Amino acid sequence: MSNESPTTGFLTGNLPSAAAVDYLFYLADSALILSQRNSEWCGHGPVLEQDIAITNISLDLLGQARNFYQHAATIINQTAQQPTKEITEDDLAFLRSEREFKNLLLVEQPNGDWAQTILRQYFFSQFQLLLYRQLQNHNDPQIAAIAAKSVKETTYHVRWSGEWVIRLGDGTEESHNRMETALDKLWAYTGELFVPADYEKETGIDLLKLKEEWLTKVKAVFAEATLALPAVQEGAFMQIGGKEGRHTEYLGYILAEMQYLQRAYPGAKW
Amino acid sequence: MTPGTNDITRNDAEQKIWQILEDVKDPEIPVLSILDLGIVRAVKCSNEAGANKAVEVLITPTYSGCPAMDVIRVAIHMHLLEHGFTNCKITQVLSPAWTTDWMSEAGKQKLKAYGIAPPNPRQQVCKPELFDHAEAVQCPHCNSYHTHRISEFGSTACKALYQCDDCKEPFDYFKCH
Repeated sequence: MSNESPTTGFLTGNLPSAAAVDYLFYLADSALILSQRNSEWCGHGPVLEQDIAITNISLDLLGQARNFYQHAATIINQTAQQPTKEITEDDLAFLRSEREFKNLLLVEQPNGDWAQTILRQYFFSQFQLLLYRQLQNHNDPQIAAIAAKSVKETTYHVRWSGEWVIRLGDGTEESHNRMETALDKLWAYTGELFVPADYEKETGIDLLKLKEEWLTKVKAVFAEATLALPAVQEGAFMQIGGKEGRHTEYLGYILAEMQYLQRAYPGAKW
Repeated sequence: MTPGTNDITRNDAEQKIWQILEDVKDPEIPVLSILDLGIVRAVKCSNEAGANKAVEVLITPTYSGCPAMDVIRVAIHMHLLEHGFTNCKITQVLSPAWTTDWMSEAGKQKLKAYGIAPPNPRQQVCKPELFDHAEAVQCPHCNSYHTHRISEFGSTACKALYQCDDCKEPFDYFKCH
């Protein structure tokens, strides 16, 4: 990652800067952790073309994470009371601990088999696409610019993962069963997408509307995939906490691997 | 210091920089200059003469995660330094987002000659509908339109993988964005 801070447009709209930074962490961390997870497939994909596809998606997500981290670093540096050293995107990715990460629980779940990876990607990309469409009009021009840029890439991700959900769900008995198992494992992590954290409440994003739109899209894809959507009822149990730093056991291991070099050799470059 | 950069006016300097940037190539597709790609959005120069002249080049990434951007940034710096512009700043702008519509016609011809199918006009894709009709992409080798998509993702973020049904050659398509 570059140490320069190439972004322009530093306004944080109406958000107090602490909430703005937390929200940027949430967006950046979710993209980064899924990028890291997907990159585990590099060299292990079921066929070469799909290995390339999932790692391309990884790269897009890493780029989006970098843009959000760079913007967060800019705000942090501008509002620091007693600036000691300039914070960079690398500090934010490599030197924050598990409790400081605000990513969705969904993205830290293990890759499992191809079905589980595909379904996780589809749930997330479909959510990201709808969210970015709203964020394109955000009153922070830099968040709006990052979202507008990312919408195009995410459109590819939704199409690719959605088509795979249909292919596997409506494929063989084996692939259908694997999609059902993946759904059992992942569904409880989808509720968190629409439960606002404190820092999220001032963003102007209508999460209820987002949830409706997301469910409509997911229902249509599941119908084609001959998969039964779990009953969506008020009060059904859902795992939450990731947005506020309370994670499943998996995140610690991801960070241990991802951050090892910078922790062991601070400031190492190549 | 290259002779001649001392006393040129601001407009001349900006023009000269645009010419210099023509020599900066995309590291992943070296037949294309960064101007062909349409990623240089503006060049700004201050009025000072010589080495004090402040130069700002505004560039925009093709894809958020394009790993070539850091290399391109360094290459721009090096090229400008070689021509005596020592006070340079490269700024990344994200808005408006880059589109393949900004690729020059010359760039598209160079791509084709290099064996990569150039991007179709944008209105044809980037739609979220699943299993949508694949674009008709012309084979850069035999010009046939009887081609099919192998994968929407290719060797770099900006390319998809196609194969020609007539000459059977696989080829990269610079996907529309």
